[in-house]
Amino acid sequence: MPRTFRVREPRPASFWALACVFALFVLFMYGPMLVIFILSFQGPEGGLTFPLRGLSLHWFRQLAAGLGVVDIGAALRRSLALGLAVMACTVAFSVLAGLAFRKRLAGGNLLFFIVVASLIMPSIIVSLGIGLEFRLIDSGVKAVLERLGWQAALEGYGTSLGLFTSALGAHLTWTLPFGLLIMFAVFNRFNPAYEEAARDLGATPWQTFRHVVLPLIAPSVVGIGMFGFTLSWDEIARTSQAIGDVNTLPLELQGLTSTVTTPAIYALGTVTTVVSFAVMGCTIALVWLLGRRKAGAR
Amino acid sequence: MGHPTSPPTAGLPAKQGVAAWWQAAPLTLVFALFFLVPLALVLMVSFWDFSEYELLPGFTFKNYVAIFEGCADLAQPCVTLSTYLSTLKFSLLVWGITLVLGFAVAYFLAFHVRSPGMQTLLFVLCTVPFWTSNVIRMVSWVPLLGRNGLVNQTLADLRLIDTPIEWLLFSDFSVVLAFVHLYTMFMIVPIFNSMMRIDRSLIEAASDAGASGWQTLWSVVVPLSRTGIVIGSIFVLTIVMGDFVTIGVMGGQQIASVGKIIQVQTSYLQFPLAAANAVILLAIVLMVIWGLTRLVDLRKEL
Repeated sequence: MPRTFRVREPRPASFWALACVFALFVLFMYGPMLVIFILSFQGPEGGLTFPLRGLSLHWFRQLAAGLGVVDIGAALRRSLALGLAVMACTVAFSVLAGLAFRKRLAGGNLLFFIVVASLIMPSIIVSLGIGLEFRLIDSGVKAVLERLGWQAALEGYGTSLGLFTSALGAHLTWTLPFGLLIMFAVFNRFNPAYEEAARDLGATPWQTFRHVVLPLIAPSVVGIGMFGFTLSWDEIARTSQAIGDVNTLPLELQGLTSTVTTPAIYALGTVTTVVSFAVMGCTIALVWLLGRRKAGAR
Repeated sequence: MGHPTSPPTAGLPAKQGVAAWWQAAPLTLVFALFFLVPLALVLMVSFWDFSEYELLPGFTFKNYVAIFEGCADLAQPCVTLSTYLSTLKFSLLVWGITLVLGFAVAYFLAFHVRSPGMQTLLFVLCTVPFWTSNVIRMVSWVPLLGRNGLVNQTLADLRLIDTPIEWLLFSDFSVVLAFVHLYTMFMIVPIFNSMMRIDRSLIEAASDAGASGWQTLWSVVVPLSRTGIVIGSIFVLTIVMGDFVTIGVMGGQQIASVGKIIQVQTSYLQFPLAAANAVILLAIVLMVIWGLTRLVDLRKEL
């Protein structure tokens, strides 16, 4: 332990000033969230602010019973389903693209530029564009059905806007840049000697990927999955114009902020935060397990 | 573990170029279908006409004219101009605050925290709130800033005020506060990343050469953290300029912003108008980014 031998220099005054700034910043970040977490356990007579009147799960029960016209359960299921789909696509597409960028990729620079552009594009513009695209597709499909005279199909046709069409695409334009940047970071530190060794031993490209590359990058792949899910789970701006008739949980929540004036909205906040943290916790546990297996196999 | 210094593409057979494109195809397709085509459509539709029920293909400057109607009179700014100015005001305020705060926090983490374990722990502590819903983080200010909120109650208990302060919530103040709360992380992460790459011997050299703390900070640390500062600034500025959720919720739906105008226009199905606004917003954002990238060659730094 070299630390114990080091002579500790006295801290300069700037250290204490900045330490105070940092402590206040952390308080600023966590304080308000802690407040709504506590307030969501208000008793039945409790209101939106302190003091805490009793301690109960009343507002969570209220939440389960439903808030006005909004079906929270359905929105929650939709958000979960969409989050899982986004997660799967983000992992698959980022890993594949990460592999592609290691090889000679004509136009790779342009593709990278587009991906980064998507990351910094104001979400409302992307969302509006996707909404427009699917509305134009709708008019196109309707025109074709009319031309063909398929009245039944025409009447049955609603819209192509939806959870797994336009909303999925909108979310991917937000999650994939993160996924790709993580893959870049991973492969920048990746030693190709392992692959060469596998090739020399006669492994096919698929075997090399499956048994050598994938286990080595597994923790990062899990991380990309987490990024994909949590970014989608909390996304509003890109979904807003691109989802059609149904809503995801964050969109419902945004609507509820102006109508619901009971702590039930804090309870909903606590629930969504718990889901986010649970996903993060599972991810960290999984990464840790993968790391231990790797260490054990060595 | 050696870091490969030569590009990994060196000496690969041409056949792999084809395989690479198959691997990149899904990602490329997503961005073509859900990014490039939509942007092109926004541009196209901004020149279309519309009725109450449908979009009418054509080519007209009507939408742009409608947006800037009455803007020639500078003494009395039109709605568009004042909205853009208000959006710009929020962007600059939030940018300034997050930059100073983010730089201070990143500097503390990078240069004052000595053990790497502690550094990682504190860094993660800063990034965790990013993973919770933005709306929840906005709503969480209500019990603090509301008319009967914690701040007003405390001030009243201390007999500092007689009537509750009204401007704490649903005001410019609460909007800026929420933005800082939500997006300082976007400054901390890139600036911290840049600072960690600074060779520590440069700092020692500066102090050996007799530079004061401020001189070292201004002449060594700031220029070498430039990449992080620019990346963080791009994030914060583009997010705030396009925002409509934060301004809506924290402004009590009373404060106008470009993003909000676009959202309202689409809810009335005035897509060509919304598209024209989006094109103008995009042009401004691109100019800002272009200006910022003049300061640093991002390509070289990545």
